[in-house]
Amino acid sequence: MTQSPVLEVRNLETSFVTKDGEVTAVDQVSFTIHKGEVIGIVGESGCGKSVTSLSIMKLVPQPPGKIVGGDILLNGENIVGANEKRMREIRGNEIAMIFQEPMTSLNPLFKIGEQMTEGIKIHMKKSKKEANEIALKMLKLVGLPRAEAIMKEYPHQLSGGMRQRVMIAMALSCNPEVLIADEPTTALDVTIQSQILGLMKELNKTLQTSIMMITHDLGVVAQMCERVIVMYAGQVVEEAKVGDLFKNPKHPYTQGLLKSVPDIRGEHSRLYSIPGNVPKPGSITKGCRFAERCEFAHERCVMEDPVLFMEDGEEHTVRCFLHEKRREVS
Amino acid sequence: MLTYTVRRLIALIPVLLGLSLIVFLMIRAIPGDPAQIILGQLATEEAIEALTKQLGLDQPWYIQYFTYLGDLLTGDLGESIKTNTAINQEIWPYLAATLELSFCAMLIAIFIGVNAGIISAWFQHSWFDYIAMILALIGVSIPIFWLGLMEQWFFSIQLDWLPTSGREEVRNPVTSITNIYLIDTLIQGRFDQFVDVLRHLILPAFALATIPMAIIARITRSSMLEVMKSDYIRTARAKGIRMFWVVYKHSLKNAVIPVLTVIGLQTGLLLGGAILTETIFSWPGMGRYIYDAISARDYPVIQSGILVIAFIFVMINLFIDLLYAAIDPRINYR
Ligand SMILES: Nc1ncnc2c1ncn2[C@@H]1O[C@H](COP(=O)(O)OP(=O)(O)OP(=O)(O)O)[C@@H](O)[C@H]1O
Ligand code: SF4
Ligand SMILES: [Mg+2]
Repeated sequence: MTQSPVLEVRNLETSFVTKDGEVTAVDQVSFTIHKGEVIGIVGESGCGKSVTSLSIMKLVPQPPGKIVGGDILLNGENIVGANEKRMREIRGNEIAMIFQEPMTSLNPLFKIGEQMTEGIKIHMKKSKKEANEIALKMLKLVGLPRAEAIMKEYPHQLSGGMRQRVMIAMALSCNPEVLIADEPTTALDVTIQSQILGLMKELNKTLQTSIMMITHDLGVVAQMCERVIVMYAGQVVEEAKVGDLFKNPKHPYTQGLLKSVPDIRGEHSRLYSIPGNVPKPGSITKGCRFAERCEFAHERCVMEDPVLFMEDGEEHTVRCFLHEKRREVS
Repeated sequence: MLTYTVRRLIALIPVLLGLSLIVFLMIRAIPGDPAQIILGQLATEEAIEALTKQLGLDQPWYIQYFTYLGDLLTGDLGESIKTNTAINQEIWPYLAATLELSFCAMLIAIFIGVNAGIISAWFQHSWFDYIAMILALIGVSIPIFWLGLMEQWFFSIQLDWLPTSGREEVRNPVTSITNIYLIDTLIQGRFDQFVDVLRHLILPAFALATIPMAIIARITRSSMLEVMKSDYIRTARAKGIRMFWVVYKHSLKNAVIPVLTVIGLQTGLLLGGAILTETIFSWPGMGRYIYDAISARDYPVIQSGILVIAFIFVMINLFIDLLYAAIDPRINYR
C-alpha cells in the first residue's frame, strides 16, 4: 500500500494514576490504518485494547488517565494536542466508535431517532428533517426492519442485536473515515454475532470506512481483518498480515493464543490455554512482559527489554529475542 | 398515562382515609376536656354539658369520626370554635401565605441544589466541588430557627438590607385578590409592592430552603457521578456532543429520578419547617393559623389545618410519581 495512512498511531503511551502510583496501561503502541482497511487488535482482557482506542478519541477518563506521550496522526494532523473543540469535530465525524455492550450503550431515556439525529445535526449541519431522513436511511442500510417505527422507539424495546445495528448506523451516519469497534459482538450470541460482522464487512466494502476491530476472538480476526496487531500487557508484541499470522505465528504468546482457538476440523479435542495470568500493568518494569508465562524464556528475557524486530521484509514484526537473529541476517 | 393517573388517584383513597383517622385520633389524644378548656375554670356544669353536646363530643369517638368524615367528603372542613366561622371560608389567606413561601423556598432549593450538585459532579474534586459539599454538609445540620434568627440579625439588623418579618410593608398593604401576593401585586401592576413582597420573602424562603437545598445538592451529585460513568454517556461523548449537553441533557435526565424522590420527601419536611419559620418571621400562614388554634384549643381548626397540609404533601408525591412515569419510558404505567 503506497497511500498515506488515514490513522497513524506512534509510540502511544497512556497511564493511570492509581493507589500503587502511576501505571502505564498502553506502552509505546504504534500502528497504522489505511483507507478502507480493516485491522484487528487482539489480546487478553486488560492488555490495553480499550484504553488504546479511547486514547485515540481522547475519551480516557481524566483523571485518573492521561496520554503521556506519542503521536496520533489523523490524515497527517497530530491530534494528541488537539483542543476539546477540535476533538468534538473529530468524534463521531472523522472517527466514530461502537462499544462492546449494546444493552447499555444507548441512552435509555431518549428515542432512537433522537439519539441517531443528534450527531448528524451537529456534524453535518442538517435540519431536523434532513437529519431524520439520513437516520432513517442509515437504519435501513444496517438492515433493520421497520426502521420508521424504530426511530420512535426506546432502546429497551429492541434486542441486543438490533441495538448494535443501531449503534453501527449511528456511528456511520456522518461518514467517518475510521470506525473503532471495541468488541462489537462479544456480548451477542453466535448467530447475531456473525450477522453483525457480515454487516460491518459489507459496509466497509461499500462505504470504504477503515475499521479498527478490537477483539479477543481470533475467529473474528480471521473473518474480518487484513492485518492484525497482537497486544500483551500494554505492548504490541506482534504485527502481521492475517494470513501470515495464522500460518506462521512467531511470538510465543501469539502461538499460545492460536493454540487456544478450537480447531474447526476438531483435531484438537481440548482447548489449549496459556498457563498463568496477564501481569498487572506496572508490575513488570524490566525484561519481556511475557517471560513468566513463556516456555522459551531464557536468562536474557528477564534482563533486557525486547524491542520489535522486523521479519520477512517490512510486513511482520515481533517483540521476542528468539527472532532477533533473523533480523541481523536480513 | 391517563388510566395510570386515575389508578393512582384511586389508590390515594385509603391513604387519605388513614390520614384523616390518624389526625382525628391524635387530636382526641390531647389531654383535657375541650369544653372545659374553652369555657374556663369558672364555667358551670350545665354550660360545659351544653357545649359538649354542641360540639358533638358526647357521641362515641367513631360516630364523631364518621360525622367528621362525612363533612370532609362534602368539602366541609368544620367550623372554628373561636371565630364561629366556617374553616373553608377563613383558611385560604393563611394557606396562600404558606404556599407562596414554601413554593419560593422549594424553587430556590431545587434551582441552587440541583445546579450545585451537577457542577460538583461535572468537576469532581475541584475546589467548587469541595466547597459546595462542605456547605451542603453544614446546610443539612443547621437548625432552621437558628439560621432564621442569624439571617434576621445579619441581613436586617446589621446590614439593614431586608425586612425582619411579616409579609408586606404594613403602611403600604397589598390589596388581596388571590392572596398570593406575588400574583396579586402583578395583576394590579403595583411593581413597588411586588418588590416589597419579594424583599419580605427572601429571608424566610432561604431559611426554609437551606436543608432541602443541601440534601438535593448531595443526592444530585452522587446520582450524576453514577450516571456519568455509564456506557451511554461515553457513547454521547463519542458522538462529539458538547460536554454541557452531555451533562445537562443526557446525564441529568437519567440522574433526576432519585432527586425527584428526595424533592417529594423534602417538600413534606419543608411544609413542617414552614410552621417554625413562620413563627420566627411572623409570617401569617398555616403555621400561625394552627399555632393560634392550639393556644385557643380550637380543635376543628387544628384538625383540618393539619389535614390540609398532609393532603398537599400526598398530592405532591403523587405528582412526582406521575413525573417518573413521564420521564422514564421503562416504567410500565398500564
Ligand atoms: N479508569 C481506569 N483507572 C485505572 N486503570 C485503568 C482504568 N481503565 C483501564 N485501566 C487499566 O488499563 C488496563 C487496560 O485496560 P483495557 O480496558 O484497555 O483492557 P482491554 O484490553 O480493553 O480489556 P477487555 O478485553 O477486558 O476489554 C487495565 O488493566 C487497567 O489496569
Ligand atoms: S523474549 Fe523471551 S520471554 Fe519474551 S516471548 Fe521471547 S522468548 Fe519468551
Ligand atoms: Mg476493552
